[in-house]
Amino acid sequence: MRYVKPDSFENAAQLLFDSTGITRILAGGTDVLVQMKAEMVEPDLLIDLKHLSGMREITHENGGFRIGAAVSGAELGEHAGVNALWPGVVEGMELIGSTQVQGRATMVGNLCNGSPAADSVPAMVTAGAIARIHGPDGARDIPVYEVPTGPGKTSLARGEFITSIYLPARPENASDAYLRFIPRTEMDIAVSSAAVSLELDSKGICTEAKVAIGAVAPTVRLVDDASAALIGTSLDDDAITKLVAAVEAACSPIDDKRGTIAFRTKTAGVLAKRAAKIAYARAGGTS
Amino acid sequence: MKTNHIQTTINGDVTEFLCNADESLLDVLRDRLGMTGAKEGCGTGDCGACSVTLNGRLVCSCLVLGVETEGAEIQTIEGMANGDNLHTLQRVFLEEAALQCGICTPGILIAAKSLLEKNPNPTDTEVRYWLAGNLCRCTGYDKIIKAVQTAAAEMRGA
Amino acid sequence: MALDTPKRDFKIVGTRVPRPDGIDKVTGKAAYGADITATGMLHGRILRSPHAHARIISIDTSAAEAAEGVKAIVTSADFATPDDAGIRDIRDNCLALDKVLYDGHAIAAVAATSKSAAKAAIRLIRVEYEILPHVTDVDAAMKPDAPIVQSGRAFESVPAGMSQNVHSHVEFGHGDLDAGFANADKIIERTFKTAATHQGYIEPQACMANLGADGRGELWCCTQGQYMVRENCAAILGIEASQLRVTSSEIGGGFGGKTTTFIEPVALALSRKSGKPVKIVMTREEVFRATGPTVSTSMDVKIGMKNDGRITAARAELRYQGGAFPNHTVEFGAQAAFAAYDLAAVQTLGWGVMTNRPKEVAYRAPGAPTAIYAVESVVDELCQQLNLDPLDVRLLNAARKGTLSAYGPTFNEIGLVATLEAAKNHPHYTAPLGENQGRGLSCGFWFNFGGNTCVSLNLNSDGTVGVVEGNPDIGGSRASISMMAAEELGIPYDKVRTVIADTTSLGFNDVTDGSRVTFAVGLATIEAARAAKNEMCARVAKLWGIDTDAVQWEDGSVKPAGPNAGEHAPMSIADIAAIADETGGPIAGHHEVNADGAGVSFGVHLVDTEVDPETGATTVLRYTVFQDAGKAVHPDYVEGQMQGGAVQGIGWALNEEYIYGDDGLLQNASLLDYRVPVASDLPNIETVILEIPNPGHPYGVRGVGETPIVPPLAAISNAVSRAAGIRLTELPMSPPRILHAITQRRDG
Repeated sequence: MRYVKPDSFENAAQLLFDSTGITRILAGGTDVLVQMKAEMVEPDLLIDLKHLSGMREITHENGGFRIGAAVSGAELGEHAGVNALWPGVVEGMELIGSTQVQGRATMVGNLCNGSPAADSVPAMVTAGAIARIHGPDGARDIPVYEVPTGPGKTSLARGEFITSIYLPARPENASDAYLRFIPRTEMDIAVSSAAVSLELDSKGICTEAKVAIGAVAPTVRLVDDASAALIGTSLDDDAITKLVAAVEAACSPIDDKRGTIAFRTKTAGVLAKRAAKIAYARAGGTS
Repeated sequence: MKTNHIQTTINGDVTEFLCNADESLLDVLRDRLGMTGAKEGCGTGDCGACSVTLNGRLVCSCLVLGVETEGAEIQTIEGMANGDNLHTLQRVFLEEAALQCGICTPGILIAAKSLLEKNPNPTDTEVRYWLAGNLCRCTGYDKIIKAVQTAAAEMRGA
Repeated sequence: MALDTPKRDFKIVGTRVPRPDGIDKVTGKAAYGADITATGMLHGRILRSPHAHARIISIDTSAAEAAEGVKAIVTSADFATPDDAGIRDIRDNCLALDKVLYDGHAIAAVAATSKSAAKAAIRLIRVEYEILPHVTDVDAAMKPDAPIVQSGRAFESVPAGMSQNVHSHVEFGHGDLDAGFANADKIIERTFKTAATHQGYIEPQACMANLGADGRGELWCCTQGQYMVRENCAAILGIEASQLRVTSSEIGGGFGGKTTTFIEPVALALSRKSGKPVKIVMTREEVFRATGPTVSTSMDVKIGMKNDGRITAARAELRYQGGAFPNHTVEFGAQAAFAAYDLAAVQTLGWGVMTNRPKEVAYRAPGAPTAIYAVESVVDELCQQLNLDPLDVRLLNAARKGTLSAYGPTFNEIGLVATLEAAKNHPHYTAPLGENQGRGLSCGFWFNFGGNTCVSLNLNSDGTVGVVEGNPDIGGSRASISMMAAEELGIPYDKVRTVIADTTSLGFNDVTDGSRVTFAVGLATIEAARAAKNEMCARVAKLWGIDTDAVQWEDGSVKPAGPNAGEHAPMSIADIAAIADETGGPIAGHHEVNADGAGVSFGVHLVDTEVDPETGATTVLRYTVFQDAGKAVHPDYVEGQMQGGAVQGIGWALNEEYIYGDDGLLQNASLLDYRVPVASDLPNIETVILEIPNPGHPYGVRGVGETPIVPPLAAISNAVSRAAGIRLTELPMSPPRILHAITQRRDG
């Protein structure tokens, strides 16, 4: 295996494009190194980009934040601005692994690993986060929602990699939340998860809503019917019942060692309900 | 496989080593540098026995490559005591029997020290969540949590 | 040995002194199994079966032999044929003979100049398999048409006509069951299942072997018993025990799991073949796939009770699978099941079963936690249905001194009633509970072992003392042994240093198991100290020119026994050490014993849980352990055993399990998906130590290490069942299982 630290995004893209064997980008390494240890993947080329410009920075941009691809969970969690604007995104990221893993793991790594259970992705999706992609043809922006295409798969083309995530600005009376179910209190992969992002009017009526669920389908799934159930309501019991039904209907999980179809479906609804109430309270709603 | 030459600072000492690209920092510490205080319980970041700090951040050394540590500052259990003077956490762990077999102890001490540097006055819950990535199979964690709190109180007073 | 009422007045025993190995362990200096290297060392790695059950048609190692850095390859052909059938099983588990019997079963091993070369070479070994049908579930394996794991392994106790996978059958009990059940006001009978769990020691098995062509060998390894390793390896390698010296490293947890050998014979064979030292360190995945987990079980329990809570009859039938080889664990379970009760009519039946899983190894009170889980669940349900207080019912039926136990012996002094009363009087028992919360309790029991033990105690020329014992120190035993030596000799604790011998430096010792070390090694240490004291008395008598009878030992000194002995200033141990060479030479004491009288141990655990009715998640809110320690030599480490055992039991109850797929392959061979409790899962574990002296030990000590893992399974299950409003009968009580039960209850 070769380990390379390219001196620019352009050279990194070229290296990636030209590489004939198995290539991996090293961000926090908390997935790649585990896969190497388990002999699931043995890269011929490992490209480390952490040292490149902007990769480890969080910058304010048009009322939102641009988060470099090598910013660790711990660094994100310590950033007061992002915490205030997108608390659900931060809590999703911070749920990944242990304190030790937080010292290394990154949102972009979590996203590009392509796991349907990735904790940072649902809240990025409900936040409308944008991934900036570099490749042989330069840079382009796409919604985070369009990055994962299936377990272990992304829409990135040959030679492409993500350099940052943009979390947009948002109005007053808006917030988000993320919850997952795990059997222990820490250290597990999500069995099911839900993120909810809400915008309220001055009376506490929901004007915008996005609901995303994780670990219950091949990719994180935005549930439009769940959004519709919340918009125009103050999250009354009827709206919540509809939300739960919409979420359960959107689930198409698998039975595996971590959970059953019935359990994943049921808990996804419960988590969406609870996340919606947290997001509502954070947005200033009182019910 | 091409061997890489790396220079780092470990426990304050400039240290050079050669390593292959796929060698973890844990392998480098244990196999190349003879520093066996960090333990391999899993090699996949699930047990915390290999905890060290890398540029001040608590990490699992099994999830860091040796080649990534060029120019880095690393702290390991071997650097925790000051000569014969144990760190407060080390001494209190002994006084309060916060270890049984001791295999997880170096990692837990490094992690606890990292916590108290960030948060000198944690709640029990904060200690428990901070240390959730450090598995201990002997103690049931009770005496570990209490020892961290005793040491924290002593360090705040000192 | 003559045993009077145990000593109860102590100066050192019962205090909380620092452990002698502590500084090395908090500074990273302590050398565990994987921590040493040797000049010219090779790295060993093992090829393992990707199939649950297959015949090995051929093994082609030629490509691997030709690979860069490879110095030796071994298969089962490199092992000898031990006389002992049990050791032959161990051999065939270390490297498969003609069939692979489970996913992960070792087939061949490589020694190479680097880890990466060994890893690469393993992939070049070509194995041709004939895949065979497999079975991993205990009930399925007992069916007459089940795939046969091994033929011809059944003991005579197994009735004809059963599946050949059933290798043993046991029965215990007494009294008239039919009459007892006929006399009951309420009878409950239920079936329980429990998953296999793993000890989960944080240190994977590791060893360094150096064996010459002349048959002389050195082995360094993490083990619970260096003598056991020597016996196994010598027999498997076909060398004499005297030629193999085994040194135990510091050990990073065992809990029973390191009471056998997996990699040591392989490393020795590789070393013999390559002529170089060979180190093997297991990966975590190998630990899960190919060391020894516990049994998994299927159990029926039937208990009859009067309206006042008196048990009239009790019956249990236990079916334990212990992997691909015969084992005796079900016998322990069948004996332990009803040990806490004084019963007129009781019967336990046990069936030992083979499946295509790794060979079961002891885990803390092997066999007992599951059997007692089933029994204590039914007792709790009877209490619920008859509206009785669960502690009162246990007190009413409690075994006590004079009780004919369900497994045969009549109990001597035991601490069960005192332990139950302590629980009843504890504020935890009456603390209020909130919504979705439930309180559970369970009794626990373990026999405790004594066994073969050697101790040498040497008086140094400056009056300090060295104790040499032969049992690896897993959790502070060097401290407790030093304490007992210092107590007996009347010298300060820090004047004693206890070391653990290699196999050539001291006679045979049984492994560190059965909660035997503080009891048996402590007993032998006290006796060795007494022998040394007798010798010191003789030396002083000789110096003073009087009869040995005319001197006596008092407060750490030898004094004239009475006025007729003449005027002599008392001589301290240091004084006597100084005159050793002029009175006959070095002074030492030793003791060799197959220790009996370990004294059974009982515990009671109380737990409060809260169950989330929407997700089935369980939170352990409060936990209190009550246990009889006989005499707590070092209370910190007694508490530590109680806390650690309780938490392992909590893991077993809630989340830990071996998950096999339909393909017979283990699906969760990692610490990510084999979920041991993490710090944030738990409350503090309160402890209450009771001290009902064991008449079989000079200081009244009982083993304490194993009993604490027994009660948590039922205590948690009883608490969860009460919180969820429905009886749970399967472990682990993972959230999907609890939510399913709650949903079924709601749906009627």
